[in-house]
Amino acid sequence: MDFGSINPVLLIASLMVASTPILLAALGELVTEKSGVLNLGVEGMMIVGAISGFIVAVETGSPALGFVAAAFGAVVLSLIFGVLTQLLLSNQVATGLGLTLFGLGVSALMGQGYVGIRPPSSPRWEFFGLNELPVVGPILFNQHGVVYLSLGLVIGVWWYLRTTRSGLILRAVGESHEAAHALGYSVLGTRFAAIAFGGACAGIGGAFLSLVIVPQWTEGMTAGRGWIALAIVVFASWRPGRVLLGAYLFGGVTVLQLNLQAAGIAIPVELLSMSPYLITILVLVVISSDKRRAAALAPASLGRTFHASS
Amino acid sequence: MNKRTLLAALMAATLGMPAMADGHEPLKVGFIYVGPIGDGGWTFEHHQGLLAVEEHFGDKVETVFQESVPEGADSERAMTQMALQGADIIFTTSFGFMDPTINVAGKFPDVKFEHATGYKRADNVSTYSARFYEGRAVQGHIAGKMTKTGKIGYIASFPIPEVIRGINAAYIHAKKANPAVEMNVIWVYTWFDPAKEADAAKALIDNGVDVVLQHTDSTAPQAAAAEAGVISFGQASDMIEYAPLPRVSSIIDNWAPYYIQRVQAVMDGTWVSTDTWDGIAPGMVEIGEITDAVPSDVKAEAEALRDAIASGEYHTFTGPLNKQDGSVWLAEGETADDGTLAGMGFYVEGITGDIPN
Repeated sequence: MDFGSINPVLLIASLMVASTPILLAALGELVTEKSGVLNLGVEGMMIVGAISGFIVAVETGSPALGFVAAAFGAVVLSLIFGVLTQLLLSNQVATGLGLTLFGLGVSALMGQGYVGIRPPSSPRWEFFGLNELPVVGPILFNQHGVVYLSLGLVIGVWWYLRTTRSGLILRAVGESHEAAHALGYSVLGTRFAAIAFGGACAGIGGAFLSLVIVPQWTEGMTAGRGWIALAIVVFASWRPGRVLLGAYLFGGVTVLQLNLQAAGIAIPVELLSMSPYLITILVLVVISSDKRRAAALAPASLGRTFHASS
Repeated sequence: MNKRTLLAALMAATLGMPAMADGHEPLKVGFIYVGPIGDGGWTFEHHQGLLAVEEHFGDKVETVFQESVPEGADSERAMTQMALQGADIIFTTSFGFMDPTINVAGKFPDVKFEHATGYKRADNVSTYSARFYEGRAVQGHIAGKMTKTGKIGYIASFPIPEVIRGINAAYIHAKKANPAVEMNVIWVYTWFDPAKEADAAKALIDNGVDVVLQHTDSTAPQAAAAEAGVISFGQASDMIEYAPLPRVSSIIDNWAPYYIQRVQAVMDGTWVSTDTWDGIAPGMVEIGEITDAVPSDVKAEAEALRDAIASGEYHTFTGPLNKQDGSVWLAEGETADDGTLAGMGFYVEGITGDIPN
């Protein structure tokens, strides 16, 4: 097939950028869910991260500080969720939905006065000239730091959950909080840490939207990416590698279909616009389907309230 | 206590204005928005209209609005809720609210509804829209003159007549200014998604486009254009923070006078279901300042075009014009009628690609 004016190298480089917010948010949510907590507030945490990061980056002139602030802002929001669901034992689904609504509102409030301002630009890394290499240069050696961070986190989360003692405890808490509690592990401590990690990732993902992709502050700018991240965690059957695949497929097909349209390739637009959703779900369902018990992949205590009886 | 209530009732009965007849005062004016009021574009301008209503009527009105209401079934819930809260007139400000508006209006015959950019009316449902395409003609002219690569990009939202009219109007006038021009259209199927709008702008720019037009609501394409060093136009709102480059001009929707007039009509009891479709001449569509990034001769031509449209001397769709398939649409000197424009579902000759169904 003739791809006209599309440059595949530029395409891959830009799909990595477009996928990063969803990848980060989904990774964070994966860890949270692995500890048995269902936090539906990803969208709210992302947008609070987007505005926190934006404000600090604009005020200090440093995108790096902006990302730190984004993580911090979203962690604060996620800890509200933690206190409500873990200490006050509120319903996780309802609280998570509330968190999204609260996040959208509070971010709009924080963002008054930041509309139409341009943030300091966050430079791409250049690796001492390696970015000049043909093909691999623009793809591997000329991205924003956060893109590398997100890829590092995929490996880190996989390694952590699979091989470390505390990763094992986290999974145990998610599978059976009663058993973990009986063994003397701190269910609440583990879950609070997981919730905060989820918040930090979502916040950085949100700030990547407002500081790098768009880059500006607009109310409601996450436009549903938090929900896509939530769906990807489920379709990826709680595995970091598949979350990466899912996020890159979704981001990749989105960017590809826009490029196909821009290049004037004669494929029906209706088909192109639904393709990111369709292809991502299809691929992830197919690779998850031949596993023994797909349902068993979900953490057994997911979404259940824990109250230590003694 | 009783005496006071009686007095108040008497006063209401004798001095009451027509709006008091249905039991509440001040007049409650509701708005349903498709995006957030801070989008910097479409919804922002409607909200400016709301603020103008508040300022004009002061204590005589109470306004309510709900933002980021998704098009489709959920919007019915939002409208119903607003009607139940006692709104006397509700403005629903996106094309996709058309059927929900008609449905909810059927249940609340005493509430007046005003639907923007649609074509379905009822006894208590008016429609109103602006002739944005007149502004598109001016943009198209500037775009044709300014492009160096000969490729103009257009970020389109949904394949509805309003959007298609804009594409055609821009293309016709870009082509007149520069016969070699090509237009690349991307359909993003959203009114508001800054990241997707930015991605679409980048995809267009990666494919050689150096003038970006948008029919979506956020300023994200402006930021993408600024980064890439290409030209863009403000959409729905002035987006002046991106002037002088990339934003070289804009289409501004000025809804305030219409909203004030319609709210007044409800107060006076003279409100009837109407269809309003105003353009540059009455001021519903304004052309934002053309910046110095545009050469002065091009600027003068664009302003002359704007004035000719305003005076009625020139119609945006004047023949000879063919449809995309080559069949004749308008003969030499013939102008398009409003019926065809309102239901426009075809590209004019020269635009490549198909309109999605």
